Amino acid sequence: MAEERGRRPAAGSQPAAVALRGVRKNFGSVQAVKNIDLDVSSGEIVAFLGPNGAGKTSTIDIILGLSQPTEGTAEVFGMPPRHAITRGLVSAVLQTGGLLKDFTVRETAEYTASLFVRPRPVDEALDRAGITGIADRRVGKCSGGEQQRLRFAMALLPDPELLILDEPTTGMDVEGRRGFWGAIRQDTARGRTVLFATHYLEEADAYADRIILLRHGQIVADGTSSEVKAMAAGRTVRATLPSPDQARLSAIPGADSVEVRGDTVLIHSSDSDAVARYLLTSTPARDLEINTRGLEDAFIALTSDDSDTSAGGSR
Amino acid sequence: MTTQSVPAPAALTREAPSLGGFNVTVLRLEIRRLLRNRRTVIFALIFPVVFFLAFGLNKTYANLQYGHGNVSAEVMISMALYGAVLATTSGGAMVSIERAAGWSRQLRLTPLSPVAYIVIKMLTAMVLGLASVVVVFAVGGLTGKPSMPMYLWIVSAACVWIGSLVFAAFGLFMGYLLPTENVMQFLGIGLALLSFAGGLFIPLSQFPHILQDIAQWTPLYGLNQLVHAPLLGVGVQWAWAVNAVAWLVIFAGGAVWRFRKDTARV
Repeated sequence: MAEERGRRPAAGSQPAAVALRGVRKNFGSVQAVKNIDLDVSSGEIVAFLGPNGAGKTSTIDIILGLSQPTEGTAEVFGMPPRHAITRGLVSAVLQTGGLLKDFTVRETAEYTASLFVRPRPVDEALDRAGITGIADRRVGKCSGGEQQRLRFAMALLPDPELLILDEPTTGMDVEGRRGFWGAIRQDTARGRTVLFATHYLEEADAYADRIILLRHGQIVADGTSSEVKAMAAGRTVRATLPSPDQARLSAIPGADSVEVRGDTVLIHSSDSDAVARYLLTSTPARDLEINTRGLEDAFIALTSDDSDTSAGGSR
Repeated sequence: MTTQSVPAPAALTREAPSLGGFNVTVLRLEIRRLLRNRRTVIFALIFPVVFFLAFGLNKTYANLQYGHGNVSAEVMISMALYGAVLATTSGGAMVSIERAAGWSRQLRLTPLSPVAYIVIKMLTAMVLGLASVVVVFAVGGLTGKPSMPMYLWIVSAACVWIGSLVFAAFGLFMGYLLPTENVMQFLGIGLALLSFAGGLFIPLSQFPHILQDIAQWTPLYGLNQLVHAPLLGVGVQWAWAVNAVAWLVIFAGGAVWRFRKDTARV
C-alpha cells in the first residue's frame, strides 16, 4: 500500500498531527493506558488494532481531549486537543450515541456546522457521506448504518486535518461496512490524516498505511501493514528441549519471540528454516514441529491475554 | 536527504469561533426541536390555557374585584406563571435528554463552549416561557373576561416571564441531576405540587394554617406573590423577594455545581 505516505517525515515547521508522550490513564486501580508514546505525521492513515479493552478508546479519548491522561501529555498539531477541536483541526466519529432523535439528519448537520468558523457546506458533507436522500428524515428513524454515516458527515463539516474514527463500523453488516469505508477512502484521497480504531483485522489491513497493535494499554507492534503482516504471519517452531535457556533462544537469528513451557519451546519466526536448523544442529532439541500461523492467529497471539509474546516494533 | 515542500501549516491559520460557538442558527434549531416535543408543548402551552378557561371564567367569582382588576385577571396571571414555569423547566431539563443520548459528549467535539451551551439552553427555555405567557394572555384577552388597565397586562406579563427565569435554572439543575429521558414526568408532577403550594391554583387562605406556613417556604410562593403585586396594587414584601431570590440562588448554584461535575475532564 502507500508506504511512502506513511514515511513522510514531519517537517520542523509542521507539528505532528498527534504526539503522545508517556501517556498513562488509570481508572481507579485499572490501568487502561500504560505509557504510550506515539507520533502520527500529517497524511498518515493509521489503524489502532486490538481486542476490546486494549486501550484503543481510552487513547482516542485522550487525543480528543475528552479525557485527561493520568500522566504524560497529548498534543494535536502542536496544541492541546481542545484547542485543535475549537479550530476544527480534528474531528471524530465515535462508536455510539451522540445524536438527538428529534432532529432531522440535515438539522443535526446544520447545528454542527454552525459551530465552526469556516465549515464545509452541509449539503456537501451529506453528499460525501451518502445520506443526501435521507436529509429530512428524523435521526430516530434512521438505521444504525445511516446514523453512523451522519456521524461521519458531522465529522467532515469542519474539514478537519485529522479525522479520528473509533470502531466506526461496529454493528454494521458487510455491505454497510464496505459502503462506509468506500466513503472514507474517497475522502482520504484528499490527504487527510486518519486514525481509526478497529478490532477487525481485515479493516486495518485494507485501509491503513500503518498499523499499531495495542494490548493491555501498550503498543505491542507498530509498522506498515505489510511489515506487521510479515512479523505476525510467520511460523511457529515447536520442539522439546530439556532445560532451555530463553535468553540464548531469543538470540537465534530470525526468532521473533520465544515461549518456554517446561521442556517445550515455542519459537515464533519469520524465518522458521533458520530456527529449525539452529535447534537441530546446535542444541539437543528433538520432536521438532513447524506450524504456519495464520494472520488471524498471529493477531490473537500478539494481543491475547495469556500470550507472553513480545513482538518488537519495526519503528 | 531530499527536502519536501510542505504546505503552509493549516493548523496555524485556523480560528476558533467567537462567543464560544454561540450563534442564531443553533438557537433557531433548538427552539424548533423544543416545539417538536408534543408533550412539552401540551404541558407548557395548552394546559395553562385549559386551566384558565376552566377556572378563570366562572360566573360566581370571575367578575369580582381584585385589586386594580378582577379575579379573572388574577387567575390568568396565575396560569401564565404556571405555563411559563412549566415551559422554562422543560427547556432547562432538555439537558437531561441530551446527556442521556450522548449529545453533550458529541458537542465536546465541537467548538461550542459549555457556558455557551448553557446560555443557549436558558434562552431556548425563556423563548418557550414567553410563548406560554403570550398564549395565556391572548386567550384571556379573547374571552373578554379578565379586566385590568392596559399597563397591567404588560407589566404582569413581563413580571411572569422574567420570574420564570428561576425555573429555567431549576430545569437545568434537574436536567444535570437526573440523567433520564423521562425527567419531565417527574418534574410535571413536582411542579403541579409546587403550584398548589405557591397558591397558583387555589388561594392559600383556603389551606389549613400549618400548610400555609409550610407553603411560604416553597419556590413558587414568592414568585406568585410578586407577579400579582402590580394587579393587587400592594407593595412588595421583603419575604416574597427573599423567597424568589433564595430559590434562584439555590437552583442556579445547584446547576453550576452539577454542570461543573459533568464537564470536568475525567
